[in-house]
Amino acid sequence: MSPYYFYTDHMTVGYQGVPLIEKIKIQLNKGEILTLVGPNGAGKSTIMKSISGQLDLIGGAVYLDQNNFFSLGRQERSQKMAVVLTEKIRGEMMTCEDVVATGRYPYTGRFGILSEKDHQEVREVMDLVHVTEIKDCDFTRISDGQRQRVMLARAICQEPDLILLDEPTSFLDIKYKLEFLSILQDLKRQKQLTVIMSLHELDLAQRISDRVLCIRNHMVEKEGTPEEVFTPGYIRELFGIEAGSFDEQTGVPELAAPQGKPEVFIIAGGGSGRNVYRRLQRQGIPFATGILFENDLDSPVAQALASRVVKVPAFEEIGEAEFRQARELMMECRHVICCRDHFGVWDRKNGELLELARRENKLSSPIFF
Amino acid sequence: MPKEKRKRYGICFIILIVLLFLLLLINICAGSVSISVGDVIRCIRREDSGSTVSDIIWNIRMPRILATIILGGALALAGYLLQTFFHNPIAGPFVLGISSGAKMMVALLMVVLLGAGIRVSSVTMILAAFLGAMISMGFVLLISTRIKQMSMLIVSGIMIGYICSAITDFMVTFADDSDIVNLHNWSMGSFSGIGWEDVAVMSAVVFAAFFLIFCLSKPISAFQMGEAYAQTLGVNVPRLRVLLVILSSVLSACIVAFAGPVSFVGIAVPPLVKNLFRTAKPILMIPACFLGGSVFCLFCDLIARTVFAPTEMSISTVTAIFGAPVVIVVMIRRKREGENP
Repeated sequence: MSPYYFYTDHMTVGYQGVPLIEKIKIQLNKGEILTLVGPNGAGKSTIMKSISGQLDLIGGAVYLDQNNFFSLGRQERSQKMAVVLTEKIRGEMMTCEDVVATGRYPYTGRFGILSEKDHQEVREVMDLVHVTEIKDCDFTRISDGQRQRVMLARAICQEPDLILLDEPTSFLDIKYKLEFLSILQDLKRQKQLTVIMSLHELDLAQRISDRVLCIRNHMVEKEGTPEEVFTPGYIRELFGIEAGSFDEQTGVPELAAPQGKPEVFIIAGGGSGRNVYRRLQRQGIPFATGILFENDLDSPVAQALASRVVKVPAFEEIGEAEFRQARELMMECRHVICCRDHFGVWDRKNGELLELARRENKLSSPIFF
Repeated sequence: MPKEKRKRYGICFIILIVLLFLLLLINICAGSVSISVGDVIRCIRREDSGSTVSDIIWNIRMPRILATIILGGALALAGYLLQTFFHNPIAGPFVLGISSGAKMMVALLMVVLLGAGIRVSSVTMILAAFLGAMISMGFVLLISTRIKQMSMLIVSGIMIGYICSAITDFMVTFADDSDIVNLHNWSMGSFSGIGWEDVAVMSAVVFAAFFLIFCLSKPISAFQMGEAYAQTLGVNVPRLRVLLVILSSVLSACIVAFAGPVSFVGIAVPPLVKNLFRTAKPILMIPACFLGGSVFCLFCDLIARTVFAPTEMSISTVTAIFGAPVVIVVMIRRKREGENP
């Protein structure tokens, strides 16, 4: 017997009996959030649809709380699992409260009439998801952010142990994205809800997930904690990124670096250079930068955008070799920009670079670029 | 359910029932022979049995009125089911060609059996109509798996309807002269010439279907939100789909067998009733659409019988005049709400 609350055993999914992704292994403890990431068309939705029962499994089994999930009855299943799909709900002449109340379906009688207890549950869940104030609004006339929250409330009303969300934040603006995921996190903590979802926002996936499952070319390529999965260079590989880059550590994407011989040298450090790098990138001017400590805030951006970067290991004083290298690079450039007004003990050499640039009359203000 | 909503639903049902009785009374009284309310009361009390007036009321008008109520309700209900099934607000037995399919089979049956001198019973008519309805429905379903666009589905349905009508016309051309008159009247759609025996058969079929549909109101409510959601709420979606297809075909078949194809009731009544109640909940809409369809058909039949009396118009002429504008309004509204019509 597996110690996990939710797990799959050699689950094979696909359409019309043709396997698409084979032998998928998912293992989740109660109250964990699993996020599926991967390029479009890799098979995230196929996995979601198979777990939710919209597609028949081609092989293997899904276990929830030690039960083979698909051997349970329809009603029992709907009391254990709820979904928020990308497919829009058709809410003809329904208020938001009506939509949320449909989540009580597995608990009502023959004619689906809600009891006082059901109404109570609906009200509580609407409060929890902050949609009480729009309960009487027509479901078709609310904003995307509100709609997703109503859909979440509907799913929560089903009192599930497991909730499946297919790209729940895709059409939301950043405010609503954060709000939606915060609510989800609250639910996970308060109700010990186990969550499986697919997300396109890698930065958010990295922050909210307990486990991440990466799918590429109809294969589960990697599975683990965000730290295990988001290793340097992996996202580039997973998505086949050709233009631009993604920094796995910070979750920040950068556009493609300008190509060519560096024209500008930037003396940066401590996060002072990032915005200048990006400005030059926008104008398509290739540049070099230094001398940066490897743990500097400017470092990942410089790595992504600069033609050349002069770096030293973190917490080490800048050595003569790096200085010579930076000086050479700087002399080859027509302009020098300095983003710093003060130099510390370990990077006095950057100060020397600035002095040299002044003497050579190469110093420009960043506003000229 | 908040109190004010419950009150609204109550009032709406009362309005429909009052209208039904009012129209029932007017329908008894009005016609080529005008009958006073006093006569009607006397007739009900059986004070003048055997008189001409009593004969007109009991043997001509009452069966016709009851048939109108039953078939009108069935039409609206069939429309409601098809709209739910296809998630399409302008679906109905007539536009999807289901009525025409039923008509084709009934015409075939009549031509063959009447030609052989065999009397056609109403049950056989229903069976033939059901077969025809299922044939059309089969084609519509086949097309609907390939075409997701709502308007295209309707266009295909109308085309199926035309094909079936063409085949019907073809058969009529080769039928005996005496049958043609019969067939022609019926194929235009009319509630006339319905007897008590027919009323008994149709009420048995329609009310059985109504009962089953009402019992399905809970899964239908889930189905309205979309099939994926219905499925995750525990609805056996494939089974429900089959039931919806069969029940709507039975209703459509029953109408065609007795009254011929009647247009627009199925599409016009459900949106009107939904707007009156301001809800689409099946548990309310199923009885409400039935009542609404009865009221609508009683009203239209009244006009068909009386406006140019003694000449009678076909029922579809009248239902189209009142129903078509409703359909146009529904489509415009959908467009405004940004949905694909």
